[in-house]
Order: sequence, then structure tokens, then C-alpha cells
Amino acid sequence: MDVILLQILNGLDKGSAYALIAMGLTLIFGTLGVVNFAHGALFMIGAFCAVTLNRIFNISFTTIDETRTDFLGNPMEVHTTYLETWLGPDLGGAIIDWSVPLSILFAIPIMVAIGVVMERGLIRHFYNRPHADQILVTFGLAIVLQEIVKHYYGANPIPTPAPDAFRSAIDFGALIGLEPNAVIYPYWRLIYFCFAAVVIAALFAFLRFTTFGMVVRAGMADRETVGLLGINIDKRFTIMFGIAAAVAGLAGVMYAPINSPNYHMGMDFLVLSFVVVVVGGMGSLTGAVAAGFLLGVLESFASMNAVKDILPGIDQIIIYLVAIVILLTRPRGLLGRKGVMEE
Amino acid sequence: MLGLNRRDTWFLLIVVALTLLTPFLLQPFAEDSALAQFNAGYPDLMQRIAIYGIFAMGFNILFGLTGYLSFGHAAFLGVGSYSAVWMFKLLSMNVLPALILAVAIAGLMALLIGVISLRRSGIYFAILTLAFAQMAYNLAYSVLTPLTNGETGLQITLSDPRILDAAATDSLPVPSLFGLEMNDAAQVEVLGRVFTFSVGYYFCAVIAILAFYVSMRIFRSPFGLMLRAVKTNQTRMSYTGLNARPYTLAAFVISGMYAGLAGGLLAAMDPLAGPERMQWTASGEVVLMTILGGAGTLLGPVLGAGVIKYFENIFSKINENVLHEWFGALPGWLETPIVGLIDPFVGEGWHLTLGALFMLVMIFLPGGLMEGGRRIAAAWRRRRARRQDGGSGSTAPAE
Amino acid sequence: MSILEIRNVSKRFSGLKALDDVNISVAQGSVHAIIGPNGAGKSTLLNCLVGKLVPDSGAVTFKEQSLLGVKAYRINQMGVARVFQTPEIFFDLTVLENVLIPLFAKRDGSFRMHAYETVENEAQIVEEAETLLRDVNMADKRHMHSASLSRGDKRRLELAMCLSQRPELLLLDEPTAGMARADTNNTIELLRQIRDRRKNITMVIIEHDMHVVFSLADRITVMAQGTALVEDVPDKIKGHPKVQEAYLGGH
Repeated sequence: MDVILLQILNGLDKGSAYALIAMGLTLIFGTLGVVNFAHGALFMIGAFCAVTLNRIFNISFTTIDETRTDFLGNPMEVHTTYLETWLGPDLGGAIIDWSVPLSILFAIPIMVAIGVVMERGLIRHFYNRPHADQILVTFGLAIVLQEIVKHYYGANPIPTPAPDAFRSAIDFGALIGLEPNAVIYPYWRLIYFCFAAVVIAALFAFLRFTTFGMVVRAGMADRETVGLLGINIDKRFTIMFGIAAAVAGLAGVMYAPINSPNYHMGMDFLVLSFVVVVVGGMGSLTGAVAAGFLLGVLESFASMNAVKDILPGIDQIIIYLVAIVILLTRPRGLLGRKGVMEE
Repeated sequence: MLGLNRRDTWFLLIVVALTLLTPFLLQPFAEDSALAQFNAGYPDLMQRIAIYGIFAMGFNILFGLTGYLSFGHAAFLGVGSYSAVWMFKLLSMNVLPALILAVAIAGLMALLIGVISLRRSGIYFAILTLAFAQMAYNLAYSVLTPLTNGETGLQITLSDPRILDAAATDSLPVPSLFGLEMNDAAQVEVLGRVFTFSVGYYFCAVIAILAFYVSMRIFRSPFGLMLRAVKTNQTRMSYTGLNARPYTLAAFVISGMYAGLAGGLLAAMDPLAGPERMQWTASGEVVLMTILGGAGTLLGPVLGAGVIKYFENIFSKINENVLHEWFGALPGWLETPIVGLIDPFVGEGWHLTLGALFMLVMIFLPGGLMEGGRRIAAAWRRRRARRQDGGSGSTAPAE
Repeated sequence: MSILEIRNVSKRFSGLKALDDVNISVAQGSVHAIIGPNGAGKSTLLNCLVGKLVPDSGAVTFKEQSLLGVKAYRINQMGVARVFQTPEIFFDLTVLENVLIPLFAKRDGSFRMHAYETVENEAQIVEEAETLLRDVNMADKRHMHSASLSRGDKRRLELAMCLSQRPELLLLDEPTAGMARADTNNTIELLRQIRDRRKNITMVIIEHDMHVVFSLADRITVMAQGTALVEDVPDKIKGHPKVQEAYLGGH
């Protein structure tokens, strides 16, 4: 029981990331009919928003403290961040400590802007081109984005810590009445899952309960008719693209403490997220979310030693294997709609 | 000749001539001139151009003719390399058995993956092939380590059995063709230019020419016509009594065998094979070469492979110091931003150039370089026609 | 003697009866038209004939062989060709290449890896294709990109492609839909020539345009609401009360 629970929990954080990226992919695909290979890069940029804000907060000046000496006997150099001098060590220190959650506020406008620029500047011209062209041009864009990040941030992963308060682990087992110390789970991962759940819920609520969401959903079902009703669907789709970009970015921001961001994390997640979309069913948001969590948890189970002893290497390929089986037996995916991307 | 019409025969002869003269053509600048860094006549680079040319030619038979976009073709390249190295380890350093095994294994794997993947089309096909390639890549890193030697890569060692030529030597043997060692080369100096003629390059070149000839025959054959029919209209195809599936499968297997051949050649030039050859960025690269040159054209993919490999080599050599040297004559306030602007694109940043180039081609020239050439030729003809029209009516000013 | 038998065919789409116990028998060498208002089930019926849909019950036989559950390309090989409402041709290829494909398919079967000869060296097939194009007055357009043809020419080309296979049964799904009057008349003329020149060809035409139907058909079946109402020669159909009711009343 404990083992199973632990594996489910372990799968949830990756599953959350898959679900968030896959949702964005599905939204873009459903509304604009575009296969966006650059979506992983947006996730990566989100993570680097966190890195950047962390760096900005840590900008410091150097003073020489004559009273202390370093191990060579020279006067000690002391780095003090501007934030701490301006706002005092308590508040300034707290802000620096909380840089990752604060990055959410910083990342939303940036990601929306990137998304809108992407849609207006590039994707728009590919609506009527074959899917292969869309895949290829966004693939090129993904390379460009990740290489730019690589140029300015280097190729090595950049550790980006979560706030001090969440760096420890929580005894999740004791929390739900199991024996103590059986299921220990890092705080931040739990927060990541809750955060993802809130974002997903918010997005669903937005699509369900607002006029904007209603139009977008109608557009997903039948673009031409909605266009005929005199609704400016293109403008809404641009905004939708911005939202999808923001969702991917937020997934990246919060993921930074779990895995130190590096420039190719986007590509790694993109391939898997595409598989998730296909398994969930192209064009189905619920499918994308369900498949995201499902595959995350499956991956986690496959990496248990007990499983690996029986099927060596299964943890490496389980997601792809599931995707292949699903595609061949249920071509529309778990919850796919009819007629999406079928000739 | 060779079952081709006159035009195609000439076309083939020109390709043969260009291929054989490559050591001259890529070495146009004198060794001590400032432009020597743009020379590309070294065996290593020329071999890579020929090999990736073969890879792209094969990919084009699938993508260019049938329109099925495979995002996992590097898996066949990798498998070809592994097979070839195993042949070097077990049987002999002769490249022929290695290449034969590379093609056979890659073909078998393509058959297996093709039977499954081709049950879907469009983006689903792309993702299925991607999934298979990623599986191969992940397995090569982990469970298949006894076969692939994991991250280190598969290499030949002195203790390998090599049944046929297990001569006891104290240095690692070199792949050879009946005694002709692949890394043998002769250097000739003419007018300050150093031309290198290597066995390895000419071996690759001959194979590339054969591969080109086969691909030309496929393009011109009824089989090739059917593959193009698959791309345009599968509904009409089935209502014409044709079964599209075996056609696409045949194209997939052929292109897989081309990839295996390319992988085998890579190993023949440098007998080691690593999993990174199967990574999906490598699959992306061959797509890029094909598109850049012009998918569906005969020469385009080879051209694309040549351009990409050439510029990869040149760009990777340029660094910030070189840039400062170039723009050193400019005033400082101009030089710094220019160098700052170009710097991300060169050296380590070659991939950025590649990505940007790829986007530009997709946006402005979806038909690739071949399409661009055609457009320029057409514009040129129009201009000449206009000038002649003008000339016939009035007395045109002499130029 | 009948070449195509449709026996008690029914098909439902989630509760909606698209076809309800349809019986049609098409005589060899005749031109049989199926007419009816929109939603009468004509297209569903046609799709049941070519393997695209499988009826819930009933039988469809061509030359006493069942067509149910047979793949589209097999049905074509048995001698059934189909012309679509919007012409389905190979848009990326030239006109000549379009006609070559069915000729190769006729000779080489559903799949043959025929890569040891170039297309242009297949002199016999190329010549046959050129002749066919002359027959439909398209010889001068043979090197044109087929996507750039006019609607009428696309239809002409599609017909030439179907005829090149020498089918025994030709199914035409609204062959003049969306055509200008002149193109319609040309198409009628072409179909008439085909009927007169190829004695053993049987045609089944689904059509809205009464002008087309009455110019060509030997027999007419009138369908409404998924059933075959009447079947008779054109002259008797014209004044038939049930037909007038189907077209004018009720709907």
C-alpha cells in the first residue's frame, strides 16, 4: 500500500508537467489547428523566467569588510544584494527566498507576450499550410529558442531553489493515517501538484463559464461556422495562444526547483507531451490531463526496482510503448474526438 | 544509357563529375590566404557530406515521394553504425560485409517499424516513428549496453575475435576495402593549394553515386510514380485498384536501408558507434537537409546535406576572436554591436543558425534551394524574353 | 441479365434510417439513374457499393460476387470504377501521369515494385494513355499540372482515368454537380459517347439534375427517405404520381 502510494505520488509531479504542457498543445491544436513543436521551448523559457528573476534579485554589490579575513588572510569581500539594502535584510531576504513563486507574476506577462508574438508573427502564416510544414517551422523555432537560452545561460543546469520553508519533506503517510515515515514526500512536489491542479481547474472553469471560453470551445468544434457568426475568432485565438503559452510557462516556472533548468529540458518534455496528447486523444483537453497524470504515474511505477528486475529497461520506454499500443488499438486516443487529424 | 533518357544521363554524368572533383572544388583558396578557412577539401568533411547525402537521399524517397514525415529516421542510421562496428569486431575489417550487414539490419528494423507505424498517417505517423526512435535511443543507453556499450559507444579493440583477419598487431586495425585502408590519403600541392585525395572519400563517393543512381531510377520508374500518387490522393488511389500500404512500406524500408548504409559508412570511416547518433535531433537534421535542398527533387537533399555539413564546419570554426579580426577595421562603437549580434550564431551557436535557417526556408522557400534556383531561372528567362520583345520592336540600346 | 444486385439493404446511423430495405437490380449494359431529394439515401447507397460503408443487413453483389466487406481497391479490381462528386484526381501530377497510373494498376495489380524500367520506356502504356487523352480531347493539355485544370477538365480527366481501366460498372456520383451549363452539356455528351462506344459498360448515375438524368438513363429509380419508391423507364417516371409526391409534397 505504502509503496503504491509513494509511486503514485512520485508520478504526480512529472504527470502534472505533462498534463499542463499537453493541455496547451491541445488548446493550440484544437483552436488553431496547428501542431506546435515549440511548445516545449515555452516550458523551458518559463523555467528560465524563474532563473532570471532569481538572478535579478541576487544582484549585489561588493564591500570589503576589514574586520574579517578570508582563509588567505586578505580582507573579506562581502556581497550584499541591493534588495537587502533597500528593503532591509528581513523583507529583502524573504523576497529572494521566495523568488520562484514570485516568478509566476513575472512570467505571466512575458509568456503571454511571447505567445502572442509567436502567433501573430509566425504561426498565423501557417494556418493553411500542411501539418508537416507547421511541425517543421515550429521545430525550427524550438531550436532557435533553446539555442538563444543556451547562449546566454550556458549549457549547464542552473540550480534554482524553492523557498526555504518548502525545501524539506513531508510525512505524507502520517498525514492520511498510515504509519509514520512510510511515505515521505518533498514539500515542493506536493505544491507543484496542487499548483497544477489549480491551473488546470482555472483553465477548465475559464473555458466553461466565460463567454470567451464558450466562443473558443465552439471554435474548436467548428471554426468556420463560428467565423460566419461574425465573431472575430482570430483575435480570440491569438489570446488563446497566449494563454496556452502562459500555462506552459507556469508549468516551467514551478518546475525549476524540482529539476535544475537546462536549455534542452523543453525538447525532452515536448516529445513526451506529444505522446501524452496522442494517448489522451488529439483535441481532447480532458484526455490530455488524464493521459498526462496516467503516464506520469505509469512511468513512476515502471522505474520501481521490482518492475525493472522483471522487465529491464521498461522505465525507459514505457511511455512510448503505451503510446504505440494506444495508437494502434484506439487510433483516436483515450478520449479523442472523431475526425481530428484523420484523412 | 543505363536505362535513362539523354537528359537524365547527362544529369547523372554531371553529378558523377562533381562528386569525383569535390576534392578540387571544395579547396578553391590558397593555403596561406586569408580565405583558407573557407576551404573544405578535407577527407573528414567530404566524407560526411557524401554520407549524409546518402542519408538524405533515402529520407527523400519516403518523405519527398510519399509525403510521410518520419521523425525517427536516425534510429536506422544508428543501427547501421552498430551493425557495421559489430562486423568489424567479429568478422573482418573489410568494409563490404560491414555495409551489407548494416543495410540488412536497418532494412529489417524498418520493415518491423514500418508495418506498425504505417497503419497511421499524418502527424500520428510522425509521432509513432518518433516514439520508436526514442525507444531505440533509450534502450541503447540502458538495457542494450552489452550490444551498444552504452554511453561510451561501441568501439573496436585489440582483443576482438575478427575471425577472418585476426592478425596480431599492437595497433588498432583500420577499416579497409581489400587492403585499401580507408584513412589512406595522398596530398598534392598545386599553386599553393593542397588537395587531399583519400581512399575513404572516394569509397563514399562511389557508393553515393550508386545510391544516387538507384534513387534516380526509383524516381523515374512506375514505382516512383505510384509513390507520388500516394502523396497526392490516397482516395483516388484505392478507387484505382491500388493498395497504398505496400507502396508506403516499400518506400519506408528502402529509405531505412539508405539510412543503414549511411550509418555503416560512418562506422567504416571511423569505427565507433554511439547512441547519440539515434537521438531525435539527428532525425530532425535529416528532415532539415531534405527540406533545405528541396523535398521531392532528386538533387535537393544531397545539396541540402552538403550545405548544412559545409556551413556546420565553417561556422563552428569561427569564434569571437575571428569576428573581431574581421570587423577590426570598423570603428569600435560599430564593431562591438556587430560582433555581439553575430557571435551567438557562430562557433558553439551553429545550431542557432541552423534553426533560424530552417525557419527562413519554411517561411519563404518551402520548396527549398531547388525551388529557389528554379524561381531565379524563371525570372531570368522572363527578363531575357522581355528584353528580346523590346528589341524586336524598336532599336534597343546596345549593352 | 443483371450485373449489380442490391437486395434488402438497410443502414442505420444512430437511430436514423438512412437506407430501409432497398432493392435495385441493374441490367448489364444499361444506364441506371438513381434520383431523389436530398437525404434520400443515394450517397449512403453508393458508399455501400464501393466498400466505404457496410450495410447493417442485406446483400450487394456484382457479377454474383458479394461486395460487402471487400476493400475499395479490390472492388475496383473486380471491375467497378467510381467518379466522385468533386473530381478526385492526382492533383500534384501532370494530366498524362494521372492517366498512366490506372493503366499501370490495370496491368500490374494492386502492388508491384516495378522500379527497373522508367515510365517513359513503357511505350505501350504511354501510347495507350495518349490515345485515351485524345478521346476526351485533352491531348494538348497532357503536360499540364492537373490541379490547374478547370472543373470540367478535371471531371473529364477523372472519367478518362476510370475508363482507362475498362470497367464493367461505372458509378457516377453527381457527375455534373457544381458545373456551368456548358460544362454540364459537354459532360452529358461525353457520357453518351462512352455509352455508345463501349457496348458492355454499365453505368449507375446518382444525380439531382433532371436534364442529365433524362438525357442519359435507360431506367430510373426514385428514392425518398431511404427507400426505393419507384423504378421504371424515364417516360413513365416523368408523370408518376409517387415521384411528384416525393419531390413536391411532404418534404
